[in-house]
Amino acid sequence: MDATITLRVDGEERRLTVDTRTTLLDALRDRLEATSPKKGCDHGQCGACTVLLDGRRILSCLALAVAHDGADVTTAAGLGSGDGAPGGELHPVARAFVDHDGFQCGYCTPGQVCSAVGMLREAEAGWPSHATADLDAPVSLDDEEIRERMSGNLCRCGAYTNIVAAIREAAR
Amino acid sequence: MTTTPSTPSVGRPLTRLEGEAKVTGLAPYAYEYALTDPLYLGPVLSTVARGRVSAVDTARAEELPGVRAVLTPANAERLADTEDREFAVLQSDEVSFRGQFVAAVVADTPETAREAAGLVDVAYETLAHDVTLTADHPRLYRPEEVNTGVEADTEQGDPDAALARAAVVVDRTYRTPMEHNNPMEPHTTVALWDEGGGRLTLYDSTQGAHPVRHTVAGVFGLDPERVRVVAPYVGGGFGSKGSAHAHNVLAAMAARAVPGRPVKFALTRQQMFSLVGYRTPTIQRLRLGADRDGRLDAVVHDVVEQTSKIKEFAEQSGVCTRMMYAAPHRRTTHRLAPLDAPIPFWMRAPGEAPGMYALESAMDELAHECGVDPVELRLRNEPPVDPSTGEPWSDRALVRCLREGAERFGWHGRDPAPGARREGDWLVGTGVASAMYPHMVNPGSVAEIRYGEDRRYHVGIGAADIGTGALTALTQIAADALGRPLSEVVVSIGDTDLPEASVAGGSSGTTSWGAALVAAARVFRAEHGEAPAPGASARGTAPEDTATPGYSQYSFGAHFVEARVHADTGEIRVPRMLGLFSVGRVVNPRTARSQFLGGMVMGLSMALYEQSVVDPAFGHVVNHDLAQYHVAVHADVSGLEADWLEGEDPHAGPLGSRGVGEIGIVGTAAAVANACHHATGVRVRNLPLTPDLFLR
Repeated sequence: MDATITLRVDGEERRLTVDTRTTLLDALRDRLEATSPKKGCDHGQCGACTVLLDGRRILSCLALAVAHDGADVTTAAGLGSGDGAPGGELHPVARAFVDHDGFQCGYCTPGQVCSAVGMLREAEAGWPSHATADLDAPVSLDDEEIRERMSGNLCRCGAYTNIVAAIREAAR
Repeated sequence: MTTTPSTPSVGRPLTRLEGEAKVTGLAPYAYEYALTDPLYLGPVLSTVARGRVSAVDTARAEELPGVRAVLTPANAERLADTEDREFAVLQSDEVSFRGQFVAAVVADTPETAREAAGLVDVAYETLAHDVTLTADHPRLYRPEEVNTGVEADTEQGDPDAALARAAVVVDRTYRTPMEHNNPMEPHTTVALWDEGGGRLTLYDSTQGAHPVRHTVAGVFGLDPERVRVVAPYVGGGFGSKGSAHAHNVLAAMAARAVPGRPVKFALTRQQMFSLVGYRTPTIQRLRLGADRDGRLDAVVHDVVEQTSKIKEFAEQSGVCTRMMYAAPHRRTTHRLAPLDAPIPFWMRAPGEAPGMYALESAMDELAHECGVDPVELRLRNEPPVDPSTGEPWSDRALVRCLREGAERFGWHGRDPAPGARREGDWLVGTGVASAMYPHMVNPGSVAEIRYGEDRRYHVGIGAADIGTGALTALTQIAADALGRPLSEVVVSIGDTDLPEASVAGGSSGTTSWGAALVAAARVFRAEHGEAPAPGASARGTAPEDTATPGYSQYSFGAHFVEARVHADTGEIRVPRMLGLFSVGRVVNPRTARSQFLGGMVMGLSMALYEQSVVDPAFGHVVNHDLAQYHVAVHADVSGLEADWLEGEDPHAGPLGSRGVGEIGIVGTAAAVANACHHATGVRVRNLPLTPDLFLR
């Protein structure tokens, strides 16, 4: 069964017809040639497919495209400079990943970057994590907090130390 | 070097040249090329471990709209060369392991391909299978040789007599489980035959474009020039992408049925547990005979591992013991049990990673038995020459790594008593282990240099960057070899349209490919001088003897680990790890450090989490996904530090470099296990170190 939906992907309105079984990840990668989000497990276990859906980080392999008609999807390719201006400079989080060598093979990286951007917003909004000691105080993003909040994004190259350093810098 | 540049590029901590492409996700991996009208492959995998396919009913699959072809053992094309049975895909009805390809569907969409694959009805005639490795397996045999082409067994002196008379004997058996590489990018091939059916292009995820070309060309009986493999970006491999596998052949077979149309085939994470290799489980008996001061007189390392019945792979786990420490009496053996199991293959530091876990654990036990500090014990057993060959060392820096590492870690003053330190609910301990990795060089890589109209040097070599930083390192090497700044050098890699390059394996890439760049630069300058005309080009080949013969060449290192084990739950945390290495010259400190850290993380992961559990009744890996096959995550890694001794190996080749990709994982698990013993007094001799094992 097919359904026609509209997605706003990295600022661009895209209309497409999908099999209702198609995940958001496959719709992006196979139908829209938006291959910035990666498929590492297709089961929500690795985080490589992380995108921002209406501003919040989600695993696009666990979302059905047909369930997100009209949604706004931002991939690592569309983060821009982070000040709303499209194109040009890298987003500060992405820039910090390059500077701190927060990746090796690069396959988990767009997901790590999107996840970090979403995570910083969550922390700013005061969302606690398992590592948060005081639930009433504002979140202080120390390394333990960053590590806990990023643990859904696997990196088999083991770039974790550098990823945390990158996020720490970008969070300043 | 051809010309000494005023400002050398080698040694500078450049950020990766492809960094922006990777952080935005715009770097194209194998699946991601914009190709016209792709089709999708859905494979059918055997559900029995041994037997025959007695019937394949494809009717329901073929009726599904959007299905273009269904391949079975009955209708698949006959391949030209099926001697290597890994590549004899759909060539017979025989099932040799669970998870083998037995059919495949080509369809218009990925959803249809998956659904149709599920509709292919395969009937089996099942035979009894054997998927369980045991130390006394009745069919154990000695392989002709082990991985890297060295002998399976060695013996020096009379180790049995030496053990019988030794004042102190450690006789222990260590076990490591089946482990899977699990690179983040699943193994992927997109296959496209031209309309005439004479040329095949594979967009592949591989550690070696040229090696895949040669394998696939051989299997299909093609001139290698008619197979192009494209792989400039590779989402990790850690060995499993070090050769072609059956999926390359299946994709190419499927695409032949639909010439002119690309067939996309990305393995699922689950399928990767049977089709692209794994680290064999090992059972390793270590016997150390020493005097009361811990000086070794005898070392015996007996290894039992598994292989597949259809293709042998013999992991060289005992080889490290041949050269690591001084001892006049020594024996190493390797025995394999042939099982109805998938084919084992390379996983980061094959041989050294499991072997050094066992040896360095045994050394820690010996230190404990003798009452000698574990660092001091290793210093006492330092061999003046390579005990296996008698050759002098080119650059053996183990002693410095241990001494300086101990200093930096704060090892001195350590109370050797196990189970003696408690902070709150946590038992605290520290552990050490040595690391080692051989200097491997693959000869014969070729590089081409062309001076462009844009006044830049365009360097081509079919090398692979699987996350190592090879593209950046090769650009640095080429710039220095040409005596030009980085801005004037453009390097292209990962394509068989570029000159032949060896595999990214054995930590050999930078040295092997770098030697080709240096050779090409020499030829270029000899032919075209320092002021070439646009269009000038030259090729150079890495020499056969890049490394100086007559020297024993290894990288060394030392791991220091602090472990905390929860007194009530057995939970293990590792708050601090230091690795100090000696690898010759470091081409790019930023990317080299990342490789050391990454190796150490994988070693930590090996120590605490990784284990593929095979169901003996059905022959498959039960925990075949990333929710159940645990790898280290962000929350597991803290206080990680890697560094190296400055210097270069004068005998290692024109760059003075040895490899950095694998040594980080070697010895790490032993250091963690030794620290856990120091924390708790509990000696666990099998990996992974799970909490239950520390609860008494």
